[in-house]
Amino acid sequence: MTWVTKTLQSSLGRKLIMALTGLFLILFLTGHVSGNLLLFKGDGGQAFNMYAKFMTTNPGVKLLSYLTYISVIGHVIYSIFLTQQNKSARPVSYSTSNGSSNSAWSSRNMGVLGTIILIFLVVHLQGFWYQMHWGNVPTVEYEGETYKNLFEIVSFAFQNGLLVGGYVLAMVFLAFHLSHGFASAFQTLGLNHKKYSPAIKAIGQVYCVVVPALFASMPLYIYFTS
Amino acid sequence: MILDSKIPAGPLAEKWTKHKFNSKLVNPANKRKYDVIVVGTGLAGASAAASLAELGYNVKAFCFQDSPRRAHSIAAQGGINAAKNYQNDGDSIYRLFYDTIKGGDYRAREGNVYRLAEVSVKIIDQCVAQGVPFAREYGGLLANRSFGGAQVSRTFYARGQTGQQLLLGAYSALSRQVANGKVKLFPRTEMMDLVVIDGQAKGIVTRNLITGAVETHAAHAVLLCTGGYGNVFFLSTNAMGSNVTAAWRAHKRGAYFANPCFTQIHPTCIPVSGDHQSKLTLMSESLRNDGRVWVPATQEIAEKLRKGQIKANDIKEEERDYFLERKYPSFGNLVPRDVASRNAKYVCDEGRGVNETGEAVFLDFRDAIKRDTRKIIEQKYGNLFDMYKQITGEDPYEMPMMIYPAVHYTMGGLWVDYNLMTTVPGLYALGEANFSEHGANRLGASALMQGLADGYFVIPYTVGDYLAQLAPTKVDENHPEFARAKEEVKQGIERILKINGTKPVDYFHKKLGKIMWDKCGMARTESGLKEAKAEIQALKKEFWSNVKVLGTNEELNQTLEKANRVADFLELGELMVDDALNRNESCGGHFREEYQTPDGEALRDDENYAYVAAWKYLGEGKEEELVKEELVFENVKLTQRSYK
Amino acid sequence: MKLTLKIWRQKNAADKGGFVTYVADHVSKDMSFLEMLDVLNDQLTEKGEDPVHFDHDCREGICGMCSLYINGKPHGPLQTTTCQLHMRSFSDGETITIEPWRAKAFPVVKDLVVNRSAFDRIIQAGGYVSVNTGGVPDANEIPIPKTVADLAMDAAQCIGCGACVAACKNASAMLFTSAKVSQLALLPQGQVERKTRAEKMVAQMDAEGFGACTNTGACEAECPKGISITNIARMNREYFSAVVSSDNM
Repeated sequence: MTWVTKTLQSSLGRKLIMALTGLFLILFLTGHVSGNLLLFKGDGGQAFNMYAKFMTTNPGVKLLSYLTYISVIGHVIYSIFLTQQNKSARPVSYSTSNGSSNSAWSSRNMGVLGTIILIFLVVHLQGFWYQMHWGNVPTVEYEGETYKNLFEIVSFAFQNGLLVGGYVLAMVFLAFHLSHGFASAFQTLGLNHKKYSPAIKAIGQVYCVVVPALFASMPLYIYFTS
Repeated sequence: MILDSKIPAGPLAEKWTKHKFNSKLVNPANKRKYDVIVVGTGLAGASAAASLAELGYNVKAFCFQDSPRRAHSIAAQGGINAAKNYQNDGDSIYRLFYDTIKGGDYRAREGNVYRLAEVSVKIIDQCVAQGVPFAREYGGLLANRSFGGAQVSRTFYARGQTGQQLLLGAYSALSRQVANGKVKLFPRTEMMDLVVIDGQAKGIVTRNLITGAVETHAAHAVLLCTGGYGNVFFLSTNAMGSNVTAAWRAHKRGAYFANPCFTQIHPTCIPVSGDHQSKLTLMSESLRNDGRVWVPATQEIAEKLRKGQIKANDIKEEERDYFLERKYPSFGNLVPRDVASRNAKYVCDEGRGVNETGEAVFLDFRDAIKRDTRKIIEQKYGNLFDMYKQITGEDPYEMPMMIYPAVHYTMGGLWVDYNLMTTVPGLYALGEANFSEHGANRLGASALMQGLADGYFVIPYTVGDYLAQLAPTKVDENHPEFARAKEEVKQGIERILKINGTKPVDYFHKKLGKIMWDKCGMARTESGLKEAKAEIQALKKEFWSNVKVLGTNEELNQTLEKANRVADFLELGELMVDDALNRNESCGGHFREEYQTPDGEALRDDENYAYVAAWKYLGEGKEEELVKEELVFENVKLTQRSYK
Repeated sequence: MKLTLKIWRQKNAADKGGFVTYVADHVSKDMSFLEMLDVLNDQLTEKGEDPVHFDHDCREGICGMCSLYINGKPHGPLQTTTCQLHMRSFSDGETITIEPWRAKAFPVVKDLVVNRSAFDRIIQAGGYVSVNTGGVPDANEIPIPKTVADLAMDAAQCIGCGACVAACKNASAMLFTSAKVSQLALLPQGQVERKTRAEKMVAQMDAEGFGACTNTGACEAECPKGISITNIARMNREYFSAVVSSDNM
């Protein structure tokens, strides 16, 4: 075993992977939500569709997207490793446990929240990402160039109240996941300082509300405006 | 037998240096051929085990707790003395030596005490190098405070947890040797007997507290670092598990027990709240720097207070008796521990005690808060006030604290010579388990100093001297003495388990404690002691016919552990009474009411009692034999302590 | 006060164990929690029943020997050790559930007694400064800023009771391990072995079978000595910088 594999198998190494992938996914979410804000532009989806094309064709973005896939997979796999380790560390559980008195609910249920988010992710990718890449997407022309009309797919999908409800709910779970995950990643990386940690915590608390809320507002906006 | 203290001749300041030079050395290559047993892992035990293992000896370390880090040294709050003179306030090795001898009311050996003061400076260096986080000044240098009425600031401290930090330092050194394979650790293992072959200590018999297995361990030398015996009083500031068993069983195998009646009573403890009380909690002595000790001036007012008809704050200034300030105008509330304790007892005996049981006095911070503001008092004593509130449910910022003396430390212990060797060759006693450095009264912040001095800096030299005289061959564990001692231990356990009487162990322990506290506690009289002796003998008889210990030996059996220990306390209690009866004088922690000055102070009798009373065990049911070691004072002049 | 006690009884490590309910009568509010159990044990003994075994020693909150998971919290409702918990924290008629610490690394020995020697082994892995007795520099040779000494003391206060492990949903020993790593990483005396120490202590912690850290903060909230999880961050920092820069392969 080399020092690298040894480190990655240690509980701290595993946590390091979780923190790094988690932080990268937070960056990804930031980019994703900013781009998707184009849905609100009210130009019949032109800007959004152009953005979608850019995102699927630009080589730099491609590289980032591979990193994102790796991060998602890494985050999930290492969370499984960690959950196994954590479960086996307490083979007999308490009959009475009063966890709410010493820790936040979200921090104790990151695995559950993550699993729900993962299920959402599968549905979400199937609905849009898969369609965009390999599906039968109608096209539209802007200034002589052909674009896949992802906006139409999105607009159509969010006519479905059930799906919209599901998306909003998923964002609530994401919010809880981030409410702990954001600051926790910094703590795991050892980035703790009495000058900066309060700011990191505050940013995390704002972030975990604003980003999922923006995401949730998109299906809601489409549902109620169409 | 004449007791030879083996104090080296020559000037005081050169004794230890000379002695070290004259000690024989074990060849470095031969050290691994010697085995040493260390019983107890407190300051003395952990430091000794680590230091001897570093030298290359094979060490086996035993403790009854689940980890060496739990030894009761951990509970020491105040600090550790060292003659560093970092504060430029006139301290020196000689002054620490002098203060310790005088504080001990001239019942300790000059040579030992001087050595203690001499090595004290090295202890601080050692602990800092281990990473002990002592308190520091803003400039980064070590902070000191004056402690227990000392005229110089020589006490090093780590918040109110100095004992903890020093013990964890020694524990870390010990852990390092465990990792190196030089120390084999036996936690949850209790020493049950000493194995003596041809007059030399060659091993011990232990009981594994989890499985009940009785086992033998052989070694070239045995070190008892097993602490004091304050739990003979049932209620004390000692840990629940602190016991005399190892020392007592060694005593029965030939080690003399010295000055057993010298007990230190600490004045500032939280009073007893009821029959359920299992132990007493010490509040740091530093509280007396700002708190004023008082009781109501009359019995009538105290009566009302006890019945809950009035509260402390209702009592007017002129109806309060600040008895320490009244009797000792120059030292006031800061008189030494024994004086403060005894006076608290007197006013309570007069019926002026302030809690329901009538055994408490007030320690009042009202004036200090008025003078310095609550904020400053909070900074100084916040954690102590919180602790008090936690235990009693009362807020000391609003109501005066209630305190009462409690047994805290035992100066007596196994008799040892200058080498810390007992009267059994190869058997050593270190720290509180021996009797040697504190005389009749220990100064604050000196217990930690002694434990570490013995373990780090004395025993590595003196054990070497002894081992160098032994052949480097394994001690034969197949010697019939091992089997015999083991068999006797097993029989002893069986004997207790077979009684199956009606009373739990604590019933006897509490009764013994009450006898000791009432008659062999803060103030003793000849008649009281004689009564105590008869009562203890009767109690002992009752114990052996009516104690109820359930379960078997072959399991974790905490009642059995307790019963074994109480059986020994019953025997020790009687010896303490004998010793107190023999010592017809008052000195330090030993106050015989018959021997006091007209104004009620301790009256020493240097002519007849300037000796160490060492007791020799002669057999079951026989009176022990007193052997005297005369104390020689070549450097200090014996004076009467006065705190007026 | 009259209380119903639901106590975990287990004869030995091999036994399966289960809860037994007892009624404690005449409980005084001034009793400590352990004194309440003492009284129960005396009553059980008189009735000929095996007393409840639990660990305890100093009973003043410093030795770290007492444990007990009381009503779903280590050391009970207050942030103290069980020995410093008094019955006035409970109300008349209450049912109290008492369990042992639960962790793979802390196997039950009997009833409420667990084996915490895993902690000793973590310290043995590197929780020390390798200096022999004697031959050390003068104590004032290396000045240490007061703030640093105070931070080291904050970490050094750990009493090794294991409440952090008991409180953690993952039975993680991060707070315990980090307190020692932190103390020695802060002090100049600990610098020489800084990297190796972090690596070895973390490895031992994992080998003992403790869980990983989810940063829930439960350990800090329950620690009777208030050890901060900033120590965990410091240990992570120490560990990561050690593995990338140390000479240990």
